[in-house]
Amino acid sequence: MNSQAPVLEMRGITKEFPGILANDHVDFELLRGEVHALLGENGAGKSTLMNILYGLYRADAGEVVLRGAPAVFGSAKDAIAAGIGMVHQHFMLIPVMTVAENIVLGHEPTREGIVLDEAGAEERVRDLSRRFGLAVDPSALVSQISVGQQQRVEILKALYRGADVLILDEPTAVLTPQEATELFGIIRSLQADGKSIIFITHKLNEVLEIADRITVLRRGKKIETVPREGATQESLARAMVGREVLLRVEKPPAQPGETLLEVEDLHVVDDRGIEKVRGISFSVRAGEIVGIAGVDGNGQTELIDAITGLRRIQRGSVRVAGRELRHATPREMLDAGVGHIPEDRQRRGLVLEFSIAENIALHDYAKPPSARWGWLFPGRLVERAQTLIRQFDVRGGGPLTRAGGLSGGNQQKVVVAREIARDPRVLVAAQPTRGLDVGAIEYLHRRLVEERSEGRAILLISLELDEILSLSDRILVLYEGRIVGEHEGEVSEEQIGLEMLGGRREAA
Amino acid sequence: MAEPAREGRVPESPEQAASTGTLAARISLRQRSGGIVVPVLTAVVAFLIGGAVVAATGHNPLVAYRDIFNGAGLNWFGHPTTDTALTASYNLSQTLLQTTTLILTGLAVAFAFRCGMFNIGGQGQYFVGLFVANWIGASWATMAAGPHILLGIAAATAAGAVWAGIAGFLKATVGAHEVISTIMLNWIAIWGGTYLFGDGGLLQNSQNKALPISNDVAPGAQLPVVWGDQQLQGLHVGFFVALAALVVFWLILNRTTLGYEVRAVGFNPDAAAYGGISVRKNLISAMAISGAFAGLAGGLDMLGYLYRYGVSDIPVSAVGFLGIAVALLGRNTALGVGLSAFLFGALLFGTTHGLQSGAIDPQLASNLTYIIQGLIVLFVGADVLILYLWNSRRRLRRRAATA
Repeated sequence: MNSQAPVLEMRGITKEFPGILANDHVDFELLRGEVHALLGENGAGKSTLMNILYGLYRADAGEVVLRGAPAVFGSAKDAIAAGIGMVHQHFMLIPVMTVAENIVLGHEPTREGIVLDEAGAEERVRDLSRRFGLAVDPSALVSQISVGQQQRVEILKALYRGADVLILDEPTAVLTPQEATELFGIIRSLQADGKSIIFITHKLNEVLEIADRITVLRRGKKIETVPREGATQESLARAMVGREVLLRVEKPPAQPGETLLEVEDLHVVDDRGIEKVRGISFSVRAGEIVGIAGVDGNGQTELIDAITGLRRIQRGSVRVAGRELRHATPREMLDAGVGHIPEDRQRRGLVLEFSIAENIALHDYAKPPSARWGWLFPGRLVERAQTLIRQFDVRGGGPLTRAGGLSGGNQQKVVVAREIARDPRVLVAAQPTRGLDVGAIEYLHRRLVEERSEGRAILLISLELDEILSLSDRILVLYEGRIVGEHEGEVSEEQIGLEMLGGRREAA
Repeated sequence: MAEPAREGRVPESPEQAASTGTLAARISLRQRSGGIVVPVLTAVVAFLIGGAVVAATGHNPLVAYRDIFNGAGLNWFGHPTTDTALTASYNLSQTLLQTTTLILTGLAVAFAFRCGMFNIGGQGQYFVGLFVANWIGASWATMAAGPHILLGIAAATAAGAVWAGIAGFLKATVGAHEVISTIMLNWIAIWGGTYLFGDGGLLQNSQNKALPISNDVAPGAQLPVVWGDQQLQGLHVGFFVALAALVVFWLILNRTTLGYEVRAVGFNPDAAAYGGISVRKNLISAMAISGAFAGLAGGLDMLGYLYRYGVSDIPVSAVGFLGIAVALLGRNTALGVGLSAFLFGALLFGTTHGLQSGAIDPQLASNLTYIIQGLIVLFVGADVLILYLWNSRRRLRRRAATA
């Protein structure tokens, strides 16, 4: 299956941005017909390396050799012409156009050289579709197809332009588990057709499932290239981070106390008036972590918004420490002792243009000692921030550093520091480790378990099943706005996965 | 194992840096990227092109600019001879008179920008302040000067605040875009004034019913003059009020909880809401404060040197719109607005006054003003272009190094 001659070689690639060396003499080699995973934490340099290959950046030093000949790409157009295709994490499709139109955009087939040959376009798309087993409807509007199908359109776009080296950038970040499996099938069939594939990811389990070889980057340097045989999640994690990584957090047995959060028959609608939470009831006690598992879009966002006062509740009740709070504003919820780590830290959790100190004060800026009678004391804000930065090990800047200048992990630490420092009784953690690297995930998991030991009631909502299984004392499965499964103690991933997709295990 | 501090960040994608974010966030980004260099460069490029236009009409641009300079009274800062000293001091006092107004209309736009909103209604808010000040100043002629002035100024400021507050309220409640509502409110103010000062209007001159002009502001309500002659339109105390306003602007934004909320809402309304801040309340407050600055400008102008206003004066006034250019060039900061207002004030008075006497055609003189103003606004809007030109030096240097 693999011929011995590398189809692509990158030698000594170096790329510097102001203040940071993104790629430090990186060597990378791709054999024909192999699936090669590029593994590393956020900021390790994987995307930079591939952006150089794709012509979006110019390397400061080093060379790229494609099919034995040196290649210099001035732009993505050059790379595409040379047979390199890239599917980005954030799709670049036009929602109001059809699948076929999106695929042929820029290289439209024409009749008599001027008139767009729509039928011809659809035929070509159907051809490609059949050839590579990528089922799409050429006449469907992109805005109406699923995310998994949109990704297939992106792949077809690359194939239509004659790509035989495909770069996939974190492709499973936006897919459901089922769609991810389908993607792996597609990758294998592309491989069988002789395509060579580079798979950028930071997810260890995927890498072991799909890759032939794995290259690990850390802080801009290439650490190692290993074949899949013999590699384990632990060995890869160690290479990525540079030390032993605890992949499963140590959790002392639960000692739950009083009920701090009670949700009863909750009904919530989304912005379009569609009911997304359809009668949910559960409770969380002090000193326990309740995890809510589910595929994105089944009501998690609306549930979190309702519990934190950001969305109106149609019916039902929310009680915190016995107090009915279903009509509370976000401010009232905060004062009632509900902490919230939002799922989108950059949109909800932080004001990126504010300094760390100003962000930490986001809930408390109007209260003494930060302010008195409407007059702000910036010095106090800085003092408080300094303490918390030390306590929570926030790196990358001081109290006056702009929050937008921190890495994702450190931004999340600022958010977590702010929430925990207020000594909440209930902590709602929504996707707390989204977009974070292994080191930051490890820190956060440890922290959540610590807070659990402190007696806080923690509600964890996550799309990562591993995280739910690892941290939760009790697991609730959310499907189409309802709780379809409740588990305490040992439960298999398969069972939860089944419930997440709406299936139910038959009674034994 | 110590982690080395990482000062820099790898852009997530080549488009990342200036792509998303709110209006205030983008402006803040540009501010950080260009510092003071970009506004200065913008003004310089605008002047260069203006000079080229002058040259194209057959006149000497250097002479034209010297005339503008003298016309604005800027030669007063050097060592003027005894015969030019008097004109220079008059000219400078007039320039500062214009600057007073522009500082305030500029602050009006800048404050709204900091909350993420476009206040295009400075002109209308200015007018409303002006009309109210005229009404109060012309009434109760027997009132003592101190309270009379204070009442007039306070009412003008409040009127501007209410006028802009309407737009803020509409945005907060039904989501009406403030650009549209403030422009509409401008027109309401303009035609309202035309009616008020026109034939049979409520504020029309009570002595001479044939003239579509307002009453005069009573002498007791006129602002004291600090430089020049009261009869010859000297510089009034309002100038110091405007300077104080710059300080107040800075203090509100950086030292009050209101300012914190306004900035948070301007940068990221979602995070502000999550933090417990009422986005609605702040949209209204920010617009009201914004309008207060513009209303104050109207009040100071009326009680400071205009003393009366006619229907024909209304279409000619453009200080509200110039305030937009002032705020943009000044990057919505207190210091920037101050300096930018001075530049525009000098330009306004220098071109209309200085060029008239010179060798340049009077028609061209006033058009030159418009050209330069327009160019500045254009380049301020296209400051990405200026940034590109500025950064291209660095790019060329690096390309030469690696070659």
